[in-house]
Amino acid sequence: MALDLLYFAWVREAIGCDGERVEPPAEARTVADLMDWLETRGGGYARAFADRARLRAAVDERFVLLDAGIAGAREVAIFPPVTGG
Amino acid sequence: MKRVAVTIEPLEIAALTTETLAAGAGAMATFVGSVRSDDGVTTLELEHYPGATDRALEAVADQAIARWDLASATIVHRVGPMMPGEPVVFVAAVAPHRQPALDACAFMIDRLKTDAPFWKLERRGADARWVEARGSDEAAAARWHQPPLPES
Repeated sequence: MALDLLYFAWVREAIGCDGERVEPPAEARTVADLMDWLETRGGGYARAFADRARLRAAVDERFVLLDAGIAGAREVAIFPPVTGG
Repeated sequence: MKRVAVTIEPLEIAALTTETLAAGAGAMATFVGSVRSDDGVTTLELEHYPGATDRALEAVADQAIARWDLASATIVHRVGPMMPGEPVVFVAAVAPHRQPALDACAFMIDRLKTDAPFWKLERRGADARWVEARGSDEAAAARWHQPPLPES
């Protein structure tokens, strides 16, 4: 099923775009699975997803842990820990 | 009353203060965060996640209003490029007395730092560096966690 991905900050810079529509395989059930799948593309994806401790995510605009499920999700955002204020 | 906004325009602190004070509840506490100019930063760029940012700021303001029974809670955050000395964020809590206003204001800026999807890029001349999150910010936000209510 089509899934919109959004990338922010250095994740966006490493991958080289601010988002894309993907068709993840059925076995990608969690955010971490999705990262594993994207990482196999190599290049900027491999660099962006190498250190999972530096990554956070949101599913349909809600912050989640990386082991959160993505079944039925429309949008997954991947980004570094936030630094506002 | 709740007011949250994300804007690319410069923050007018005097106007925001006057507008917020007009609620006239007796006490207002404000926090203004600005671009630091003491470590060579020439430009700061703020990126955010539209939609999720609004949701996060609304949640922080709602929690403050409910916990301290505020007359109003205001969070206005700037995004885009800005210069040293320019304000980045304006937070205000209005209440009948000073202690809830001061506590609610501290709560809102502490929680905003860890809960709202903003990212800072510091430029020093040609060098650009994403600001790393600080563990001390997590600790500051965690001090506001309340123990769960006992089950009745």
